[in-house]
Amino acid sequence: MELFQYALDNLELLLTRTVEHISLVGVAVGIATLTGVPIGIAITKNERAAQIVLYIASIIVTIPSIALFGIMIPILSLIGQGIGYLPAVIAVLLYSQLPIIRNTYTAINNVDPALREAARGIGMSPNQRLRMVEIPLAVPVIMAGVRTAVVLNIGVMAIAAYIGAGGLGTFISRGISQSDPRQLIIGAVAVSVLAIIVDYSLLALQKRLTPKGMERAAATA
Amino acid sequence: MIRLDNLTKVFDTPKGAVTAADHISMEVPSGEICILLGPSGCGKTTTLKMINRIIRPTSGKVFINGEDTTSLDTQDLRRSIGYVIQQIGLFPNMTIEENITVVPKLLGWDKAKYKERAREMMRMIALEPDAFLKRYPSELSGGQQQRIGVARALAADPPVMLMDEPFGAIDPINRAVIQDEFLKMQQELKKTIMFVSHDIDEAIKMGDRIAIFRAGKLVQYSEPDELLAAPKNEFVESFLGEDRALKRLNLVKVRDLASDEIGLVRPDDTLETALQRIDDYGYQTSIVMVNAKRQPVGIINAAVARTTKGHCRDHFQSVPVVVNLDDDLRKVASLMFSNDMTWVPCVDDDGRIVGQITQRAITHHLGSRYRAHSGAGEASPSSSASEE
Repeated sequence: MELFQYALDNLELLLTRTVEHISLVGVAVGIATLTGVPIGIAITKNERAAQIVLYIASIIVTIPSIALFGIMIPILSLIGQGIGYLPAVIAVLLYSQLPIIRNTYTAINNVDPALREAARGIGMSPNQRLRMVEIPLAVPVIMAGVRTAVVLNIGVMAIAAYIGAGGLGTFISRGISQSDPRQLIIGAVAVSVLAIIVDYSLLALQKRLTPKGMERAAATA
Repeated sequence: MIRLDNLTKVFDTPKGAVTAADHISMEVPSGEICILLGPSGCGKTTTLKMINRIIRPTSGKVFINGEDTTSLDTQDLRRSIGYVIQQIGLFPNMTIEENITVVPKLLGWDKAKYKERAREMMRMIALEPDAFLKRYPSELSGGQQQRIGVARALAADPPVMLMDEPFGAIDPINRAVIQDEFLKMQQELKKTIMFVSHDIDEAIKMGDRIAIFRAGKLVQYSEPDELLAAPKNEFVESFLGEDRALKRLNLVKVRDLASDEIGLVRPDDTLETALQRIDDYGYQTSIVMVNAKRQPVGIINAAVARTTKGHCRDHFQSVPVVVNLDDDLRKVASLMFSNDMTWVPCVDDDGRIVGQITQRAITHHLGSRYRAHSGAGEASPSSSASEE
């Protein structure tokens, strides 16, 4: 009850932090999608390159976020951005690459070879094949990758509060440093709820973006 | 016209170079269907796919309507060739209309023209445009999907079509229906078609010519009747099967073998006359009675004529069977066997008797082609058919 009262009292701050949190993750994953999807498509042309790229992306994900922030502080300090917004966005951007690149790569590679042959056989250029056939068919799987990236990084972004990036993590970090369980719990619950809501919204978006004719095919598959 | 000139494909595999197609040279005249036939791995599909460069030839040339295609841009070449594959390959993200109009769109037709073309194609393949154009491939049955596949290949009205086992994945009943529909369309469209099949019956039914492949080489290239009558070697013989003489029955029409000599009686003739004619024409059991329009109305049995007096009109039985001039010999043979007859009266489209076809004429026809082609007359025992 006390917790609920606290949340109500700080509702405005809670909303500000939530918006901050969403915009941080949104900007980072947005940029990650713009880079990851083309990279994922590009590496379908070359298996060797695909292995290397996916390997690097996997290694990046294994770096603990606290360590990644630590590495970036001296580097980004050179341009006066050692802490705050920029390193937080860069970290999420890097973490997002693996699910987005991997899903894009898998989806494009898994397009039915018969469809690819039909597309070639009727005279589509490689670009037309991508645009008219391969990408539309890959959209659901690519979107699933984006969803994974977003949910994963809503958690990562909570830690970015320690380098002053803001967001819901500030409740958690303050809760710990001030030994205030109310802030700690409010922060943790807000992060979880946000992750769940965003996941469902993106799932709805994914369904909207799935080409119509594939809904039934997907349902029966 | 499609002409292949020493078309060769050598694949580099870890086990060394494999020649999938070895100096294939052949010509398909305009408006004809050429079936590429052979066991799997014989090079028929490789040969087909080199024509639209899905597989790049190692050497050799392809000419379409006299033009060397080597100089053409690959995409332009493919857009000018209809392509149908066994897996159908309709794009699941596009409606039926979008699937059919994909090539016209690539060719830059304007919207009104390609939309009208889609409706025209639907009527051609006997599917209701309004019911299907806005639907998606996943909502259609396999047979309907392959009809759309054919429509997509024909949409831009290409002079040449390549079909890679197009009806192979469809159940036998639907396959026969689609084959018939396709042949009907072809009679009007007169496309020049290369068609890969591994089914000898399909080849005989669909092909104006059949090319038999084995181990990358073109073994025999003949018209179906010629192929069945005179297989070039033991491989072709065994591939065609030991019942190849029966398969020829499909290829010959009653018209080709019917004799216009037929003994008939009128209702007013006496049974005595009937008996006389039965003997004159060498019929053992019966003779046909016709009306004034020469339409068969009954038969007079020899046994009845021998023992009874009177007029034919009072002593006839119903006609067991007649065949049309456009029926094939397979049907005739079947009717003869099931009715224990050695001859069958033939009628024209108006049902008038125009002649007869005899068992002897059929066996003679099949046999004469064999005798003409078999060499010194020694019958080599045909080896057992090799299955794929």
